[in-house]
Amino acid sequence: MGKIDKPGRTLYHNARLLDPATGLDIKGALLTDGEVIADIGPRLCSNGVPPDTDVVDCEGLCLSPGLIDMHVWVREPGAEHQETMATAGRAAAAGGITTIIAMPNTDPVIDQVALVDFVLRCARETSSVRILPMAAATKGLRGAEMTEFGLLSEAGAVAFTDGDKAISNAQVMRRALSYATTFDALIVQCCEEPDLSRDGVMNEGEIALRLGLAGVSPMAETIMVERDLRLVELTGGRWHAAHLSTASALAALRDGKDRRLNVTGGVAPHSFALNETSIGEYRTFAKTRPVLRSETDRQSVVAAIADGTIDVISSAHCPQDPESKRLPFAQAAFGIIGLETLLPLALELVHNGQVPLLKLLATMTCNPAKLLRLDSGRLAKGAPADLIVFDPDAPWVIDEKKMRSKSKNTPFDRRPVQGHVRRTIVAGRSVFERRRET
Amino acid sequence: MTAVALPTYPHRHLLGIEGLKPDEITVLLDRSEAYVEQNRQIDKKQNVLRGRTLINLFFENSTRTRTSFELAGKRLGADVINMSESGTSVKKGETLIDTAMTLNAMRPDVLVIRHSASGAAELLSQKVDCSVINAGDGSHEHPTQALLDALTIRRRRGRLAGLVVAICGDVLHSRVARSNIHLLTAMGARVRLVAPPTLLPASAAEMGVEIHHDMRKGLKDVDIVMMLRLQLERMQGSFVPSVREYFHFYGLDAEKLAFAKPDALVMHPGPMNRGVEIDTEVADDIHRSAIREQVEMGVAVRMACLELLTRHLPNIRTT
Repeated sequence: MGKIDKPGRTLYHNARLLDPATGLDIKGALLTDGEVIADIGPRLCSNGVPPDTDVVDCEGLCLSPGLIDMHVWVREPGAEHQETMATAGRAAAAGGITTIIAMPNTDPVIDQVALVDFVLRCARETSSVRILPMAAATKGLRGAEMTEFGLLSEAGAVAFTDGDKAISNAQVMRRALSYATTFDALIVQCCEEPDLSRDGVMNEGEIALRLGLAGVSPMAETIMVERDLRLVELTGGRWHAAHLSTASALAALRDGKDRRLNVTGGVAPHSFALNETSIGEYRTFAKTRPVLRSETDRQSVVAAIADGTIDVISSAHCPQDPESKRLPFAQAAFGIIGLETLLPLALELVHNGQVPLLKLLATMTCNPAKLLRLDSGRLAKGAPADLIVFDPDAPWVIDEKKMRSKSKNTPFDRRPVQGHVRRTIVAGRSVFERRRET
Repeated sequence: MTAVALPTYPHRHLLGIEGLKPDEITVLLDRSEAYVEQNRQIDKKQNVLRGRTLINLFFENSTRTRTSFELAGKRLGADVINMSESGTSVKKGETLIDTAMTLNAMRPDVLVIRHSASGAAELLSQKVDCSVINAGDGSHEHPTQALLDALTIRRRRGRLAGLVVAICGDVLHSRVARSNIHLLTAMGARVRLVAPPTLLPASAAEMGVEIHHDMRKGLKDVDIVMMLRLQLERMQGSFVPSVREYFHFYGLDAEKLAFAKPDALVMHPGPMNRGVEIDTEVADDIHRSAIREQVEMGVAVRMACLELLTRHLPNIRTT
């Protein structure tokens, strides 16, 4: 973005059009005009291309809405040595992500209108993809006093969260959910009961026992989900679990949905692509949040995506510099990067026959858009022209050295995957193109 | 003096509006009217309470309510004593009941009590032989405030029944709101509560009122806008995030007031936080604001209450 001149018209033809919002999966073409989608259809422009229109041949590949990554630690402001909006934007564009939702856990914390303005302005000026902030749910992330949900929403905050800190005080959570109803604001919770998980660095279980590491009980997650569901029941608020990882917490969420509560849940790719055995001999790149769980939990995450209990897959992109990972396991920082690996890891579920392609794409397009009240995430006339062209089958090997992110902390290095983004379009402009790999 | 069949109020205490019958409320309001006129004369003094003792027992700070009761008592000829928390044995650790028993032994005729605990007036009334008037107990009731609000509305609009009244702000902690809801619904007015959900009691809708979280919708076509005071300590993030946000969405300014009826009346029980719940321009608009009139009605209402309650005490003077 950042360019002043308005983009012209572009026709994307010879495409497999995928719109998860409507279930559309047909061959056809899509026309963008300026920053929005002008038209879409199987025989669009088959009688000729309108004048002054650029033409892009999609070579029969998938054309879908750009991905909306609901959970990204951008690190700017405050830790620009780990990631900036510019570098995160580059990595996102290469990963097919057209909208990054930035966590408020920066320095300073995004808990005021002026800071929301700063994020939006800095993103406009330096990032090639959209960056929209979630604002802090409590002032200074201290978990005590609500932030100005109304004014922050008006300024452009898309949801409220304390990021990787759970809102642990039940009264504060109750009031936040209750107050948020006034502004239709979404509260996003980090589901980890902090007193239970305080010293834990990996899944509580036999492997933690053998490694001599303090564990995080699956119940730390489940208790927080169950408590919050009761508070949602009490207040009628809108609540989203940032990242779930355990079979019992997923069962609790499923139960909440059955009770017609206004609740949704997300997972990070590492919760279905890895399990606790990846930690091996203290690999700190496998120190994640939520922690890598057991194989049973991993399978339940897959099942929850397939049955719709999980609404959103987001990267949980969490850049760390090498110094914070080159430490004994217990002292190393949590988190892995994920902008460029989000789509191929998610597509594993399609290739394994576990989740249909459109359903999978919905978790990264129309579902987060609906939760965050965005008008993107779908192929519809008038919607923002945020699009990706991707080859769902193209094989490649993840290589940390080629990552565009400023930090390289990924446990997926050298993993063979399928699915490559060929073109990323934000507001009608191509911000990333990849030549066919040889 | 010729014997006149005076209207009656059949209770010895005034602890709350809840449970009062519309007739009883009307009696209190009608009697107040007479005192409004009297209070506008040079000679405001009467002697219906001559020889009676009124004790103002204020465990919470108050200027206008205490002064109003003091004036009401004095204008009716009673001896008035003021006791505030700082000057009482409560500071020395005495319980409310012990204080009540001690005062009772001095044979007062009326105790006016304000206390931070809901139910304090009720407790006191069980322990003393005199009349008790609740001048505000915790978040429970403030009956004379509701009566003076009703009198103000009735004098301006000629009636209460059928009017639409929006009560806006911190309903959760407000005894004024509770008393007003009871009185206005009993008298046939329609009440709307307008506040963020954090400042509304969980079961507010069960009080027979409409609930609104959006001020503009809540004020649409109302006859009366009653603002409530938001205490500073509620504005630091636990109930609402900040003064700025509160005023932006819930402060009464000309723009939001424009959604009410063109002649809608603005009321506030005081003391006002200008720039928090009410804009100065609105508060001082002589065509819209009835805020000063409310204070005037307060004295008259309290005189009527004192007169009617003390009729039920033993040893009624026969003149």
